[in-house]
Amino acid sequence: MADVKMINLTIEGRPVSVPEGTSILEAAKTAGILIPHYCYHPGLPVAGVCRMCLVEVEKAPKLVPSCASAVAEGQVVRVHAERALEARQGVLEFLLINHPLDCPICDQSGECELQDYTFQEGRADSRYRDPKRFNPVEDFGGDVLYVPNRCILCTRCVRFMDDVAHDTVLNVSERGDRALIGKFEGKDLTHAWAGNVVDLCPVGALLSKDFLNKSRAWELDRTASICPSCTQGCNTMLEVREGTVTRIKPRPNEDVNKFFMCDHGRLNYRWINRTDRAENPHVRTDGRLRSIDWDVAVHAAASLLRDSRAFVLASPFLSNEALHLLSRVMRRNGGAGAFRVAVGEEAPLAGVEDLSLRRDRAANVHGAELFGFKRSDRPLEGLRDGDVLVVADDDLDGIGAEEIARASHLIVIGTILPATAHEAGVLLPITNFAEEEGTFTNLRGRVQRFLQAKPAPGSARPSWLVLGDLLGALGEQDSFYLPSDVFESIAKSHSAFSGLSYETLGLRGLPVLGEAGSPGPVAADGLGAGAGGARP
Amino acid sequence: MGYPHPSHPRETPILSRHFGEPEARTLHGWRGRGGYQALEKALGMAQGDIVNIVKDSGLRGRGGAGFPTGMKWSFMKPGDGKPHYLCCNADESEPGTFKDREIMRWTPHALVEGCAIAAYAMGAETTYIYIRGEFTEPLVWMDRAIREAYDAGILGANAMGSGKRLDVHVHKGAGAYICGEETALMESLEGKRGNPRIKPPFPAVSGVFGMPTTINNVETLAAVPAILMQGAEWYKGMSLSNPKSTGTKLYSVCGNIKRPGTYEVVMGFPFGEFLHDVCGGGVERRKLKAVIPGGASVPIQTMAEAEATLMDYEGFVAQGSMLGSGGVIVIDENQSMVRVIARLARFFAHESCGQCTQCREGTAWMTKIVERIRDGQGTMEDLDTLLDMADNMTGTTICVLSDSCAVPVVSGIKKFRSEFEALIQGKRFYNVLTQVA
Repeated sequence: MADVKMINLTIEGRPVSVPEGTSILEAAKTAGILIPHYCYHPGLPVAGVCRMCLVEVEKAPKLVPSCASAVAEGQVVRVHAERALEARQGVLEFLLINHPLDCPICDQSGECELQDYTFQEGRADSRYRDPKRFNPVEDFGGDVLYVPNRCILCTRCVRFMDDVAHDTVLNVSERGDRALIGKFEGKDLTHAWAGNVVDLCPVGALLSKDFLNKSRAWELDRTASICPSCTQGCNTMLEVREGTVTRIKPRPNEDVNKFFMCDHGRLNYRWINRTDRAENPHVRTDGRLRSIDWDVAVHAAASLLRDSRAFVLASPFLSNEALHLLSRVMRRNGGAGAFRVAVGEEAPLAGVEDLSLRRDRAANVHGAELFGFKRSDRPLEGLRDGDVLVVADDDLDGIGAEEIARASHLIVIGTILPATAHEAGVLLPITNFAEEEGTFTNLRGRVQRFLQAKPAPGSARPSWLVLGDLLGALGEQDSFYLPSDVFESIAKSHSAFSGLSYETLGLRGLPVLGEAGSPGPVAADGLGAGAGGARP
Repeated sequence: MGYPHPSHPRETPILSRHFGEPEARTLHGWRGRGGYQALEKALGMAQGDIVNIVKDSGLRGRGGAGFPTGMKWSFMKPGDGKPHYLCCNADESEPGTFKDREIMRWTPHALVEGCAIAAYAMGAETTYIYIRGEFTEPLVWMDRAIREAYDAGILGANAMGSGKRLDVHVHKGAGAYICGEETALMESLEGKRGNPRIKPPFPAVSGVFGMPTTINNVETLAAVPAILMQGAEWYKGMSLSNPKSTGTKLYSVCGNIKRPGTYEVVMGFPFGEFLHDVCGGGVERRKLKAVIPGGASVPIQTMAEAEATLMDYEGFVAQGSMLGSGGVIVIDENQSMVRVIARLARFFAHESCGQCTQCREGTAWMTKIVERIRDGQGTMEDLDTLLDMADNMTGTTICVLSDSCAVPVVSGIKKFRSEFEALIQGKRFYNVLTQVA
């Protein structure tokens, strides 16, 4: 790193050392002190308008907005000085005079910064005795609803659309206490990334229509995950209510998606909850697929594969772990594998470098290629007559029965049983990405972990476990008890992954070798290098 | 000159000498009155020398804050490779203030000349005169004067044959008080919503279009030609009280006064004599009660305070108020102070840009409470709430509009509490003039 001058100061009696130019608010975060704030957001330009982050700085005549003030050498900052507390209490009272206090019917309740800071620092009562301002709810288009009565005019949404999305849709209309967020005439929040304004809104003024009245915030279980909807690999939080994914929120990752995720990824979650799942292992006996024990089913699959060449039709939604084990199944007798990817229109977020809703609408396209699967629009081209066809979570849509019939046997390892696969010899039901643990490799070669967010349906098992058992039944010596065991095996056998482990990946991921930011040669497939975080 | 009244012998008309003379508006008439000699002189001087003369003269900003003008100019470092800008703040919107209007109406060339000298001194090629949207008549005269100056080669690519480029543009505001705040003015000039900016960066570092900018009031700039012609010592000599306040100041006097108008007196002039003698005092048989001496956003003075005041930056502060813009609003016993304050609060609530929480919500809430008291619906607790709220609204926001709203309310309650209490207790205000309650 270039020489950055460090500034030393004291915040609430704690010594802090931060690079020159850091705001007091950010410096306080490094000391574990959260200065209350509304308009400030690290992903947006500073506005300094809510005046909530006022703190006392020794020798400064007035209170200082900590979001808009850079640290200075030897500064003594008191966040909880009486003067600062009084000022913030004043701001909270002002913010609440026209607020409807309709928390019981507000979606934001429970994750509302107005609630949080009022409980933390605000007055217990209000001295306001006059009628409250009223403005009707407005549909902002896209997935966004605006409830002006709850709005505190922090302008985060306006700044996101102007300075990050570069699509001027929102503005502050009127002035003084009549001010409200307005929409330019003829424009709607239809930008592919517009849904982020709902996350950015610190109160319940901007709501997701999709999530409207679905759940209270405290009923949701949150699990760190990765968005599977394109190859960008945005870090997400799966929010699950009673085993049902209810919404997806972005999880900050400076190296991938900053604080944002696109609307496509955000709203593309219903498939995770589908109920027509393959729940039990099946084996064909007497011409019919019959439900049977896992052991029997796995051994049935193994006996089909033992002496035959396998052709694997994989899904780019499978984890690195599953794809690695699949490739081992595939290579046993010189087989081959392919996958196909649905594509859509690319939709970049203009204000953030290398962040876009990608054309390839699957999470692990890069991973599938790294593990030796061939991308093809006609994936069964490489299927030779007499091969055992292993369909690994591909839905077989658009693939004719006569093409499948070229295989001697059909093994389906998937979350569902495709209609055209009723001739399958064995069905091994697996869990989807929200029901298991694993990793994806994004288009820049960044390996990122996702965790299990909801229970598996029926007796479906995680893909890595099923495939590990299958390899065991085929006589392989390795045994895998945890997904991290599988990843260890990947790191050992694939040079690109060497040195990586679940521990080093953490929840923010690391790039594979050969990608930008990491040492070593370009990965075997020679895919283009891109931005990625540094790798230790 | 006490325009529209004849000049009072105790006035010192320098800026206002030619008010009321239609010929002074034309280039020919202005040249006949010694116009543009100062600019010619300035263009032959070193830039730093001009700044030094203005520094030595003790001229301070006439818009309200009273910042030393020469020092402000010296923040602009010529030759830093960036375009410099001069902005003339002609968005005179402070209630009770109409001194800049008279300068622009009667001596538009004085402002053009002042702008040109200041721009040259600070290495700025471009001057923007941001003129209040409602000033339709002054706008006509300013436009005409600038056109004349261009036609005569005073402005343009080769200003007065000096080889220097000096451009002056007039930008018409759209009717927002807040655009008189210097950073909001710059935002508005750039075509954006007129919201004040956070300082720092200060305009001298990053102003209009992100470039070094100085913003001066009309009266400040119009005073520069005379200083340059007659010297810093002459200007500095015009001070009757505190030597830190020099020169003359225009006061626009309105309200319950016999001869409302624009007056020009030397710094340190006794305020009592100014009101009673120069302006003719109050209307017969009605006692003066209070004065707002510097536009709506300064503290209200009681008559006793006003009469003890020497009219300069320090003198008004010593008597519980501020010189401000020099917009003197005289209030006599016929007015209910609560009504006056309610009207002022409503003005600020209407003009708040709505950025900062305290100002957006506070000004409106204040207005509601004061109007409720005015209408006889107030309570004693309301007074405490107002004072506490004013505390939260002072010194906590980006600009001072929030403070400005709190100021008349606080000074009004502190100095005229009995009027508030009387209304709260159900008594009605007795109007001497109309004899009705």
